[in-house]
Amino acid sequence: MTTPLLDVKDLRVTFEIHRDGDLPWAAPRKLRAVNGVDFSLLAGKTLGIVGESGCGKSTLARALIRMLPATGQVNWQGETDLLQLTARQMLKYRADIQMIFQDPLASLNPRMTVGDIIAEPLRTHRPTMGGKERRARVKAAMERVGLLSNQVNRYPHEFSGGQCQRIGIARALIVEPKLLICDEPVSALDVSIQAQVINLLDDLRRDLGLTIVFIAHDLSVVKHISDEVMVLYLGKMMERAPSDELFAHPQHPYTQALLSAVPVPDPQIERGKVVIPLDGELPSPMNPPSGCVFRTRCPRAQALCAETVPEPTAGPHSYACHFPGAVTQEEIAAPV
Amino acid sequence: MVIDKTKMTSLAAATSQPEMAGRSLWADARRRFARNKAAVFGVFLLLFVACFALFGGFFAQWSNEELDFSVMGQVAQIGGPSLSNGHYFGTDDLGRDLFARTVQGTQISLAVGLVGAAIAVIVGTLWGATAGYFGGRIDNYMMRTVDILIAIPYMFVLILLLVMYGRSISMLFIGVGLISWLDMSRIVRGQTLTLKGREYIEAAKAIGVPAYTIIRRHILPNLLGVVAVYATLLVPLMILTESFISFLGLGVQEPLTSLGALISEGAGTMSYGTLWQIAFPLFFFVVTLFGFFFVGDGLRDALDPKDR
Repeated sequence: MTTPLLDVKDLRVTFEIHRDGDLPWAAPRKLRAVNGVDFSLLAGKTLGIVGESGCGKSTLARALIRMLPATGQVNWQGETDLLQLTARQMLKYRADIQMIFQDPLASLNPRMTVGDIIAEPLRTHRPTMGGKERRARVKAAMERVGLLSNQVNRYPHEFSGGQCQRIGIARALIVEPKLLICDEPVSALDVSIQAQVINLLDDLRRDLGLTIVFIAHDLSVVKHISDEVMVLYLGKMMERAPSDELFAHPQHPYTQALLSAVPVPDPQIERGKVVIPLDGELPSPMNPPSGCVFRTRCPRAQALCAETVPEPTAGPHSYACHFPGAVTQEEIAAPV
Repeated sequence: MVIDKTKMTSLAAATSQPEMAGRSLWADARRRFARNKAAVFGVFLLLFVACFALFGGFFAQWSNEELDFSVMGQVAQIGGPSLSNGHYFGTDDLGRDLFARTVQGTQISLAVGLVGAAIAVIVGTLWGATAGYFGGRIDNYMMRTVDILIAIPYMFVLILLLVMYGRSISMLFIGVGLISWLDMSRIVRGQTLTLKGREYIEAAKAIGVPAYTIIRRHILPNLLGVVAVYATLLVPLMILTESFISFLGLGVQEPLTSLGALISEGAGTMSYGTLWQIAFPLFFFVVTLFGFFFVGDGLRDALDPKDR
């Protein structure tokens, strides 16, 4: 069995919230943004992470690269637990793990030229590299992501959103990372540009053998690029399966509800499609429901769900639910 | 597969073009500034004052210390501005050449203003950026220190300092420098706090750029606009502070002088009909302040086009 590039065990991120008006010695309230997530990722594969806003997707991504304090294990290539390293030791691994951000323009410093922005990882991780070689590498990276290399002296505000995201991708790829974490890389882009950027990422993955953690709230985007998909809800893993399997046979009612809400670009099918409504709001992660966190909005919730937390099942298709299974006719018929 | 010839040549043409020059935010700001008439007028005013302070001494017929015995005692009658005896701006009450003294006063006032603003820019920016970037306990200690210093009535302390250690120009620089950076550090800290949450700072952290480099490469260049505007508006405030102290009689010591001291002297002799003694220093004082305020306003508009 091959060693996974990234093996995450029981990852938890807890924020301690001290509200205004609390006495200074009062115990801070705990917000569990990521609450015990496990997954492993083989080299060259893509893991899609989906979920509603506020379910802990971005927090998870930031915890992986130690931008937030987290507990648990993040094993890199089966050897190093990234969470145990000091900041100085971590620096070596930062070159191997790069990140792409949601807002393409905001993630680029407006006072720096595109060339300087893309060169920043090189200056940090290869400080001995000469200026000439660095410049050549920057231009090569720009052409690799579909930008004209003679625009190296321009500033971010002179580019469109899609081009800015390409700059962000070039910056991430210039140090030849092994793992690329994409935090909703296309959510801020037009649909036509989204497709271009997704295809670019797909090409790069194939050509460079990249491993990708791809975060999105758009299931159709995730389906296109992922080998495996994980569904998060309130900081917990609901369901994880190979992409085809998850989209064909979702077992968890939350996944089924998410999938039913994806529009189908065919009016014939779209008209006959049944949407499983998800009622109510996402509960506060400060005060999550007892037992299964999804039970307050779940059509199958029963007394058991409030008492015990469902354990994720073993195997490639894993789900955390007491009553898994395909959608039944009653669920479709019953207004929730 | 057929390759479209025309498309390939256009691609080749596009990629072989020389590097395009980008237009930075600074270049945009320069253009907006140049279109602002009041600001450009302010720049000319300041250039005029600066030339007067730097080169005015070469045209003076008298030094600022010499007494002209021929006008002494009848300053009100024959000490007025005249080209024939070389007193272009007239003489002061003791018969000293007011032109030379105004040149020197302008030099001192500008120096106090610029030194005060420079201390504010250097100390205040570093202090505020460090406090804002690191946050938490460091921020708390640093900003409470500033709060305590601001709470001290600085004019009182400054006057005590000047009385205790004697009136000297270096003491004035120290006094002005001690107070000028406090507000600057607060402004810079606030701005740093907003910048810190931006995604490009997060991106730099994810890359592994060290904190010190993030401050230098990402925070400071983005702070520069606010700092530049505040510094240009701080210079006239420093000049005003110095003038006020000089007006009280505690500023620079004779034979050195400043615009504030000259105005004070001129105000004292106004009733004898020697109006030129207050008019000339006052003119340069007002022109300097106007120039700085116009330029400061213009910079603010140019650097932040949204906030007009």
